Amino acid sequence: MTVRLLVSPFDPGAETNRFLAASEGAGAAVTFTGLVRRTSDDPVTALTLECYEALAQAQLERLRDAAIARFSLIAAEILHRHGRMLPGEPIVQVMTLAPHRGDAFAGAEFIMDTLKTDAPFWKKEETGDGARWVEAKGEDDARRARWD
Amino acid sequence: MKILYFAWLRERLDRAEEEIELPPGVTTVGELIAHLRTRDEVTDAAFERPHLIRAALDTELVEHDAPLGSARTLALFPPMTGG
Repeated sequence: MTVRLLVSPFDPGAETNRFLAASEGAGAAVTFTGLVRRTSDDPVTALTLECYEALAQAQLERLRDAAIARFSLIAAEILHRHGRMLPGEPIVQVMTLAPHRGDAFAGAEFIMDTLKTDAPFWKKEETGDGARWVEAKGEDDARRARWD
Repeated sequence: MKILYFAWLRERLDRAEEEIELPPGVTTVGELIAHLRTRDEVTDAAFERPHLIRAALDTELVEHDAPLGSARTLALFPPMTGG
């Protein structure tokens, strides 16, 4: 399965090593891992991602296929968690494999920028003051639009 | 038709899904949202900014002018915030 929706935490290093083990001589692999953020300005104690699983699986598979076609990738994988997670835990991992680094980087960035606005996940942050839905950022739409 | 709701839309409507009988004249996603808003104040308020609401018919993201056609499931939800 090259697109996986997960509830449990995953091991980013183990996933990367498994992906690299099947690289078959390709010259460039990129791994991006998105983590639950916690800063002093934004003291998140936990993050819950709601997910529409049937649509998420379909959207992420389309996105993976589009990235492979557009950047001539040899392989691409997407892992995305949903449910409740804690600061520092991985949320998402995107891995791309290409003959050269330019396409591997671009493919991973394209997948992440598009996934943010086009895959059905919704973040709810818990802080000491209660829980709140994260609002979509205009900046994310702008990053998505760069690929149109 | 089955309607699914997610995130704050689900919370504001206090339901994750419902079955509805499409009334005559309701043929698009936008028309269905307008119809739902006539039911009660809570529903009307939940959809008060309809341009924010995204839609999917079965497993395809669609715009509000999309025909409902023969889709079995409509999902309605706020802008997505994954990744």
